[in-house]
Amino acid sequence: MIDLALLPDGGMHWLDASGPKSSIVLSTRIRLARNLQGYVFGQRARDNDRTAILTRVEEAAAAGERLRGAVTFRLDQMERPDRQLLHERHLVSKELAGLDRESRPRPGAALVVGASVGVMVNEEDHLRLHGMRSGFALEEAYAEVEAIDAELGRLLPFAFHGEFGYLTSCPTNVGTGLRASVLIHLPGLVLTREIQKVLQGLTQVGLTSRGLYGEGSDVVGNFFQLSNQTTLGKSEVELLDHLGKIVRQVVEYEEQAREVLLKTAELTVADKVWRAYGLLRYARSLSFEETMNLLSGVRLGVGLNLIPGLSVYTLNKLLIFTQPAHLAALEGRPTGDPELPTVRAAYVRRVLDTEAA
Amino acid sequence: MLCDNCKERDAVINLTQVEHDSKVTLHLCERCAQEKGVETGVTVLKSPLGGFITAMGKGAPSMLPSPADGLRCAACGGTLRDFREAGRLGCAQCYEAFATHLRDLLRRLHGSSQHVGERYVTPGEHDSDPQRQLLDLREQLRKAVENENFELAAELRDRIRVLE
Repeated sequence: MIDLALLPDGGMHWLDASGPKSSIVLSTRIRLARNLQGYVFGQRARDNDRTAILTRVEEAAAAGERLRGAVTFRLDQMERPDRQLLHERHLVSKELAGLDRESRPRPGAALVVGASVGVMVNEEDHLRLHGMRSGFALEEAYAEVEAIDAELGRLLPFAFHGEFGYLTSCPTNVGTGLRASVLIHLPGLVLTREIQKVLQGLTQVGLTSRGLYGEGSDVVGNFFQLSNQTTLGKSEVELLDHLGKIVRQVVEYEEQAREVLLKTAELTVADKVWRAYGLLRYARSLSFEETMNLLSGVRLGVGLNLIPGLSVYTLNKLLIFTQPAHLAALEGRPTGDPELPTVRAAYVRRVLDTEAA
Repeated sequence: MLCDNCKERDAVINLTQVEHDSKVTLHLCERCAQEKGVETGVTVLKSPLGGFITAMGKGAPSMLPSPADGLRCAACGGTLRDFREAGRLGCAQCYEAFATHLRDLLRRLHGSSQHVGERYVTPGEHDSDPQRQLLDLREQLRKAVENENFELAAELRDRIRVLE
C-alpha cells in the first residue's frame, strides 16, 4: 500500500474549497504536454528509452528548485489498488495507471509529484505537467505549471518546431500542448433541462465537455469537465482567456438556473436536497454512483443555503474518499470487496454525524 | 451479389450473427449495414480518428490507401499509414517528414497550422549553465555505458566529478 503521506499536502489542497466560485467550480486544472528531443514518442518507445526518460526527468527535478523534494511513484511497480488511488486523486490518467487492462503499465510509467504540480512520465507524451487549484483559478493554476515548465525546459531539451510549436504524439495537442479545464457542478442547468443547450453551445465555441475523470469518462453527480479543444493557432493567454470567458458565462447561467428553481419550485427543490441529505445520513448501503448523485443534491442545497452547517470542503472530501480505492484503503479492505457499499454508507454517516451535528 | 435486405444495392459487408445457437450470415450494402448498427467506412469517418483519416485523405470518403501512405519518417521509420491507423505520430521528426499532409489536418483540427504561443529555445549545447551541463554529461554517460564504450564512460565520469 502506498503511503499517501508521501504526497505533499496529501495532493488534496485543491479540495479545500478556498478558491473563487468554489461552490460551483470544484477545481481548475492545467496540463502541458511535452516531449524530449531524441526519443521516439511514448507508445513506440523501447523500454530502455522509457526508463532513461524517467531518469532524466527525475534528475532535472532534483537539479531545479521547484520540484526539489518531489516524490516519484513508479506505476510500473505498483499494485492495481494503489494505481487506482492515484487516478482517483486526479494525479494520473487512467491510461498511465493502466486501469483499462490487466497487465501492469510498461516500464518507466511514473508520476513525479511536487507540492502543487505533478509530472506524468511516459504517458502518451514523455512529460505531462499538470497542476490543480481549488475553485475557478485559471491564471494561478497556469502560472504554477508554467513555472515548472520553464525550469524543466531549461534543463531538458523539449521537442519544439518553429511552425508547429511543442510537438506531441497526437496532433490534437500540438502547439501549446495546453489543456486547461475546470470541473464544474451544474445541477441547476440539469434540473431546468438547459444543460444540452449549454453543452451544444460549448462545442460551437471550441470547448469540450467531459465527465468527472476527463477523457472517456461518464458524467456523474452533475459534474462536468470543460476544457479547450484546440491547442494550436492561439497563444496560451488567448486559450485561457477564451475558456475563462465561457466558464464565467456558464457559471452565470448556472446561478440563474438556481434562482429560477428557487423562485418557481422552492419546495420541490428543498424536498429534493433534503431527501438526498436524508439518504446519505441514514442509508445502510450506497454505491459510488448513488453517493455521487446524492452528494450533488446536497451540494446544491448547501449552495442555495437550504442546508446550513455543512461545508463544501466536507462534501469535496466525501467525493474523494467514497471512491472505491480510497474507501478500501481507508477501511483496510480489498477494492473488490462486495461489502464496500455497506462500508461506504457507514463512512458517509460517520462524516456527516461529526461534521453536521 | 445484391444486398439481402434491400435487394437493390450491391452487398459489400458480410454480417454474421448468432441467433438461437445457429449462425446466420447476411450480405448487406453499406446503407442497410449502417441501419443495422454496423460500423462501416462511412460511420468510422464520423469518429474523431475518422476525422484524421478524412483530413489526411483530403476528404476522400474511402479507406483506400493513397500513394502518400508509404511516406516514411527517416528518424523513427514510421509511415504515414501508421499514423493514419494509430492517430499518433512516431516521433518529433514525423512532423517534418509529413509536414505537407499534417498542415491540412492541423487546419481542420485547430483552425490553424501555425503555432503562435510561447517560443521555446532549446538549451544550447555550449551552455554555460553547470546544472544543465551536468545533466547532459550524465545522459552521455548512460549512453556510453549502454553502448559498452567504457573508455568514453570513464572520461565522462571524470568530467562529471569535476562539475559536481
